[in-house]
Amino acid sequence: MQDVLSLAAQNLLSPIVLFFVLGVGAALARSDLTIPEAVAKGISLYLLFAIGFKGGVAVSNNGIDLTLGMTLMAGVILSFVLPFIAFGLLRWISQLSRTDAAAVAGHYGSISIVTFVAATSVLQSSGIVAEGYMVAVAAAMEAPAIFSALLLVSSGGKGRLDGALIREILLNGSIVLLVGSFFIGWITGAEGMAKIEALIVSPFQGVLCLFLLDMGLVAGRGLKQGRAVLRPGPLVFGMLMPVIGSCLGLAFALMIGLSLGGAVLLMVLAASASYIAVPAAMRVALPEANPSVYLTLSLGVTFPFNLTLGIPLYLAMASAVHGG
Amino acid sequence: MEKHDAKRVAIIIEAIMESRLRQALEGAGVTGFSVLPVLGGSGRSGNWRRDDTVSRGGGMVQVICIIRPEKLDRMLEAAFEVVDRHIGVVTISDCQVLRADRF
Repeated sequence: MQDVLSLAAQNLLSPIVLFFVLGVGAALARSDLTIPEAVAKGISLYLLFAIGFKGGVAVSNNGIDLTLGMTLMAGVILSFVLPFIAFGLLRWISQLSRTDAAAVAGHYGSISIVTFVAATSVLQSSGIVAEGYMVAVAAAMEAPAIFSALLLVSSGGKGRLDGALIREILLNGSIVLLVGSFFIGWITGAEGMAKIEALIVSPFQGVLCLFLLDMGLVAGRGLKQGRAVLRPGPLVFGMLMPVIGSCLGLAFALMIGLSLGGAVLLMVLAASASYIAVPAAMRVALPEANPSVYLTLSLGVTFPFNLTLGIPLYLAMASAVHGG
Repeated sequence: MEKHDAKRVAIIIEAIMESRLRQALEGAGVTGFSVLPVLGGSGRSGNWRRDDTVSRGGGMVQVICIIRPEKLDRMLEAAFEVVDRHIGVVTISDCQVLRADRF
């Protein structure tokens, strides 16, 4: 218990979390602090490029084994199944309509790449190594949840999934850059890393802080706008569902035999909720769903929860049962 | 200078729907239009600012096209297929153009 509290305190006082808190505070205090849209987009591209490339280099250095395929499969299953659990939980503890509950549920099967990046940063600072291919697992978990959400509402005749949307989901810019960088890192290996590490290693933490400042601003303003959504039921869901997801992630990680770091990352992926790919897909396929409900929950509740308390909690849980 | 009557249609729609609206307009024979970013606004879903949207699904764009009056109904039918279920505003106003052969 002492270790968990110490880890949580250490995480809460890390620069990335403190910059996030600064952003939330500035937004709630109505400061005019804003990261320009183009800068935020550029930073996001940098983080995807860096995390993808580093993952690929790690795979190149350590090689691949059977667990890669099994972990990918576990990620896809988690992404597909979690929305059904989330939907049942939401319908039980909240008054949300079937359509809104399905849209929210879809977000909780998909992932938040920023939470994933923050978790890799925590692991790195704790000296815990994870499988490099977890980046590919993150990419594989983006889309299946969207199909689950649409399945959940299909009986009501709602939800529109056409070829253009499937293409947009599978080839959205974030996934293309993440997977592309991963393969380039894999192909070029340590030699490739030596050539660009000045760009993607040393500045990474600082750029991540700036990005989390922006995320804090966006989350804070989203919380102000979405206050009406934050009734007790959805609020409890936003903090309970990540813990349920992380437990399932841990169970899969133990079955597959992932390392401690890999187990934590799979837990974080299962615990996080999307606020980029899935909202866009929901606006196209399920426009009747209220965007302020799912954005407030995923970005305003679950993202801060995972960033501050969730990641150290998942690390403590995994450390307690992993034994290695 | 000779002036010709035309219709100006302005459609504010979610950015994520822009490519679908473009296709619909082109399919309806609209030969030109402009797309402008919307910086922010307020509506039934509350206030929003472009700088505060983290998702591609969050922003809005305005598509403006100027067409001959006889093309209006076909264009509106095609556009409505796209915007029907979505957040947005469609306005139609009279305007005049100098070079009618371009519209």
